[in-house]
Amino acid sequence: MDGAWVPLALTLKVAGWATFLNLLLGVGTGFLLARKRFFGRELLDAVLTLPMVMPPTVLGYYLLVLIGRRGPLGEWLQSTFGISLIFTWQGAVIASTIVAFPLVFKAARAAFESVDPQLEQAARVLGLGEAAVFLRVTLPLAWRGIMAGLLLAFARATGEFGATLMVAGSIPGKTQTLSIAVYEAVQAGQDDLANFLVLVTSVTCIAVLLTAGRLAPGRVAGQA
Amino acid sequence: MSRTPARLAAALGLLVCWPVWAADLTVSAAASLTNAFKEIAPLFEAQNPDTKVQLNFGASGALLQQIAKGAPADVFASADQESMDQAQAQSLVKPAERRNFVSNSLVVIVPATGAPSPKALADLGQPAYGRIAIGLPASVPVGRYTKGVLEKAGLWTTIEPKMIGAQNVRQALDYVARGEVDAGFVYGTDAAVMADKVKVALTVPTEVPVLYPIAPVASGPNAAAARKFVAFVLTPPAQAVLAKYGFGKP
Repeated sequence: MDGAWVPLALTLKVAGWATFLNLLLGVGTGFLLARKRFFGRELLDAVLTLPMVMPPTVLGYYLLVLIGRRGPLGEWLQSTFGISLIFTWQGAVIASTIVAFPLVFKAARAAFESVDPQLEQAARVLGLGEAAVFLRVTLPLAWRGIMAGLLLAFARATGEFGATLMVAGSIPGKTQTLSIAVYEAVQAGQDDLANFLVLVTSVTCIAVLLTAGRLAPGRVAGQA
Repeated sequence: MSRTPARLAAALGLLVCWPVWAADLTVSAAASLTNAFKEIAPLFEAQNPDTKVQLNFGASGALLQQIAKGAPADVFASADQESMDQAQAQSLVKPAERRNFVSNSLVVIVPATGAPSPKALADLGQPAYGRIAIGLPASVPVGRYTKGVLEKAGLWTTIEPKMIGAQNVRQALDYVARGEVDAGFVYGTDAAVMADKVKVALTVPTEVPVLYPIAPVASGPNAAAARKFVAFVLTPPAQAVLAKYGFGKP
């Protein structure tokens, strides 16, 4: 059953990168929308949440058109840096990052909004600069909610299928993640392998969800 | 007592059963048959007004697995003998009513827009062909034909690392049409469907002839219509449609 460990390692690598990128992107936008009042804020929130409700194949198609060899961004990357993202694990990371983004962004926004502004105010009065207030007061208070969102995002990225298959294809050892390996094993009638892959995937996801539940009791699933 | 749950259940029941009535005929056919069968289905319905044809396309191997897992298909049309042989070995189809109904060719295609074009199969080993779309041999017949040809030519080990596996032949076609890969192996009929986007570089003689079998599914809910449909694809009107799309005589 060594047929499962390569896809598992690759899945964890892709999901890990997607989660790390979402730590930066999701927490950043979450903080921005929690603290800044500007025109169209809720519309932007809705747009940023779209990947959660949109079919992954639709996202995959958008990405394919955008970063494909003949896509505007893909062509520019190719001619400027010689980078081609389609059929690479980096492409899979981009797909997973976008799909999992709303989970982090929503959780982060809710967590930042639940921080008592008086505590931040107190820190400012005591002479802390804005960056220090954020790092020493706001972030530690919001951290549990953000962490829960990140773990959910990790689990979601672990299970990503539709967008990944369209953008990264299915290259064994290179872009064939667990969920894609399951799909192919089923199509080829390799039920033993499929069962094992499904078991590995399920255990991984349950472990992540249990950890997320412990971190933020009753505040999973990014309530706004 | 509220009667809402009962009504809901009734509505749900209707919703679930609605699309399926006794006269539905589900045809699971190889992806390469998509265009031709979409045109053949209305012809069959015109002759059999009480039957509604539902078409289900995919890689022959994937369709076989669906049938093996109990999908309610009535007819199975595959792109190679091996898929049908496997179906027969598992008693999923009626062997006495199995027929070969068309033949096809294996071709190497490249994107139509100024991409390099191989003069011989061995050229695909060159660095200009970094990515080559090939159907997954485990479940896609075109991949099995391709692997057979490349193994015989002693090129499989050279080309396999460049392989971008496709879930079915139409995905391989799409990868080439979008220019995401440098070349791909598809059937002659697929290349003809996208003649504006892909160019046929080579026609490759295959180990075993590319011959499509069709048979009624043993456990199919609509056996009578299944038998009629299998007979129909061999009649002149259906064969004319298949010929129009470039399929050869069986």
